[in-house]
Amino acid sequence: MSQSNATMNLTMYRISSWLKSPKPYLMFVGFGLVLSFWYFSVEVWKLPRFQDMPSLTEVFEEWFSEDPYYGLSIYTPEYYKHIGISLRRIAYAFCLATALGVPLGLFLGWSQKLREYIFPLFELLRPIPVLAWVPLAIIMFSGSETPVIFLTFLASFFATTLNTMLGVESIDEEYSRAAYCLGASRWQTFVHVVVPGAMPYIFTGLQISIGVAWFSLVAGEMVSGQYGLGYIINTAYIMVQYSQIIIGMITLGLFGYVTSALVRLAGDYMMQWRVRELALGGD
Amino acid sequence: MSTLPKDDSMPIKGAIRIEDVVKVYDPDGAAVMAVDHCSIDIPAGEICMIVGPSGCGKTTLLNTIAGFHGLTSGHIYLDDEVLCGPGKEKAEPGSDRIVVFQNGALFPWKTNLDNIAFGPMMEGKLSKDEIYEKARKMMVDAGLEGTEDSFPGEVSSGLRRRVEIVRALMNEPKVLLFDEPYRALDSLTKSVMHEALLDIYYKNKVTIFFITHDLEEAIFLGHRLIIMSSRPCKPKKIVEVDIPHPRDYSVLTSPRFREIMNEAKGVVNEEARKAFEAGEKEG
Amino acid sequence: MNITKVLRKFSGRAALRGVIAIIVFIAIWEFGSRSLDLIGWRMPFVGLIPPPSSVLASWTGLFMEPSYWQSWYMSFLRVFTGFIVAMIIGIPLGLYMAINRTFYGIAFPSFEILRPIPPLAWVPASIIFWPTQEMSIAFVTFLGAFYTIVINVLGGAKSINRQYLQAAQSMGASQRDIFRRIVLPATLPSIVVGSAVGMGITWEVVVAAEMISGGGAGGGASGGLGFFIWSSYVGGSYEQIIVGMISIGIAGYISSELLRKLGGRFTPWLKTR
Repeated sequence: MSQSNATMNLTMYRISSWLKSPKPYLMFVGFGLVLSFWYFSVEVWKLPRFQDMPSLTEVFEEWFSEDPYYGLSIYTPEYYKHIGISLRRIAYAFCLATALGVPLGLFLGWSQKLREYIFPLFELLRPIPVLAWVPLAIIMFSGSETPVIFLTFLASFFATTLNTMLGVESIDEEYSRAAYCLGASRWQTFVHVVVPGAMPYIFTGLQISIGVAWFSLVAGEMVSGQYGLGYIINTAYIMVQYSQIIIGMITLGLFGYVTSALVRLAGDYMMQWRVRELALGGD
Repeated sequence: MSTLPKDDSMPIKGAIRIEDVVKVYDPDGAAVMAVDHCSIDIPAGEICMIVGPSGCGKTTLLNTIAGFHGLTSGHIYLDDEVLCGPGKEKAEPGSDRIVVFQNGALFPWKTNLDNIAFGPMMEGKLSKDEIYEKARKMMVDAGLEGTEDSFPGEVSSGLRRRVEIVRALMNEPKVLLFDEPYRALDSLTKSVMHEALLDIYYKNKVTIFFITHDLEEAIFLGHRLIIMSSRPCKPKKIVEVDIPHPRDYSVLTSPRFREIMNEAKGVVNEEARKAFEAGEKEG
Repeated sequence: MNITKVLRKFSGRAALRGVIAIIVFIAIWEFGSRSLDLIGWRMPFVGLIPPPSSVLASWTGLFMEPSYWQSWYMSFLRVFTGFIVAMIIGIPLGLYMAINRTFYGIAFPSFEILRPIPPLAWVPASIIFWPTQEMSIAFVTFLGAFYTIVINVLGGAKSINRQYLQAAQSMGASQRDIFRRIVLPATLPSIVVGSAVGMGITWEVVVAAEMISGGGAGGGASGGLGFFIWSSYVGGSYEQIIVGMISIGIAGYISSELLRKLGGRFTPWLKTR
């Protein structure tokens, strides 16, 4: 009870000291500079090259219009359909990659024998960019949905597995020794020492994994696939509906940011000990 | 020969006999002798201080008793039972011999209480309620009440050390193996920790195998000092500390303490110089 | 991972195990691809792709083709152009953000807002903006490496041990000296790490950009390895897709290895063990 109160107070304190510092004001100066550069270069000064770009007002009018010119705004169900489909693909791929990658990484780090068998093969396949798999994925999996999910999964899977393995290798040997000393069996040591000990790396891996998932999702959706945010961007380009390109990009950035924040929150929730250590030592 | 009192207060179990132990490391084909024909006899209930310069091979000895390393030749017995020797390459790590590590190996992801309950929980002989009741009681006895639900990272390093010793005692071990546990503490905290350790020892008589390079610590705590020669490690001189237990900090200023100190110091300094010069040659 | 390190780490029994795993993998692939002919049952997924033996045959056939090597050259050119520009802009930007609080306050939040947009989402906008296709691919490639390099440089420069700076100050170093002799070298390891990661992303982006934009203006051989894969797919020569994938894997490996060697040259004090 008091614990949550203390956390609350700490948050309030941080917010108030953040507001007192110049940080938020500088941040808005920065945003203002970026947006006004966009506005002036395209609409007012009409700089060469820039004048072909969709303008700030055009994009935002379209985005917030109840009756959008190109048919996509926050009021159209179509917009949410694209978002929903992209999110669903990310969810499938990310969950599958986590469900397979974390256990595999844990066992690779834990068992030297397994590592000696699997790791060279893993390292052999890893340098191939995920996006080079696109045609092969289309050949191997039927339909347009599975190839895109497979690509997204592949990118996440490599990141998660590798980081989890590094996480296990990073655990100080004294922890497992202490566990053995206290009478833990090999399996108990795995559950109580290896899994939580690797947790910080696992979550770093998941953070990277969600990033690369969006990265390859966009590529997959642009090349093949129907619906989705990458698809919006690509078709808007082909149909010369340029303001939609920007709407697609902003939406992607937004959801990319939110999903990675969610992963971070999940990590904080599962690693209370780190949060509390950092809260004590933090400035 | 020992200064141990011959009365009922001493445990019957926990005698360690190290017999003609040799340990040779063989990294990159260059054989390095870490322990050379070393024999030490530790009666049950003795606080035996192993003193020697850094990197002399003391920790190797401790690791073979704990079961983290194997031996090259020789025997180690616990109560006349072979822990390791020819035919039994490595001792089985077990909760009859618990190590308190140099850098501390409390699991940072478990609360202090969970850390203390870890050993019995792994053994699973008692019910969870019984274990936690015992753990809470032991924490109160050791002056640790109020820190049960904190994570190790949230309390001072001195407190952490005490939690770790309590954790080790929860399994009712016959032997505690200390690997320079107070190395990282400042000298003021150290003196508090010494008294706390003795306090715990008087309540739970166990055999203590304590590695240190701090002479004052060694004489204050130990029944006996075994001063080791630097690489390869073998006993060079045994110093009996005939100051009666229970001791407190007034012992430090007693003339007898000074005498023992002077007796030991010459030998230790000579070994430290040898180790230092050997280190220079290697580098 | 460094080759010699891998060899040392996986010497003897371990090397044998790795080789066994790879041979088993290739054998399953070969068998799976031919499963329809051999046992009249098509292995799922693997049964749809060409077997390694025909991939190898197709590859040896390509060795003599200048257009295949032209693809290598084009991709390398794009990767290094984008990458070097990202270094030239990213390193000073990261360092300046690290030493100037006001600039950091203004620039960093905007930077963080733009960062989650995947580089590939910039492809169409980039094609509209830049006059030539080549420049738009270079721009997207640049973006891929840019974020990683900036973040790493910034993190590296911010985590410098304060005592180094204080030691330098107490020995009478000027601001300029501190920057040149402390901040810059202390950040070098992070620059190397950031570049290595950035290099990996650059290859990903180049491949995708080449696939999406359908090769350079000339099409065909000027398209690079990504386009090589895509045109093989469109042309139905599936063996060549896999040749292309392996080629990109090798090219990516060579570039990160080069970078690591170069990085090691610049940071000799990190050579431990």
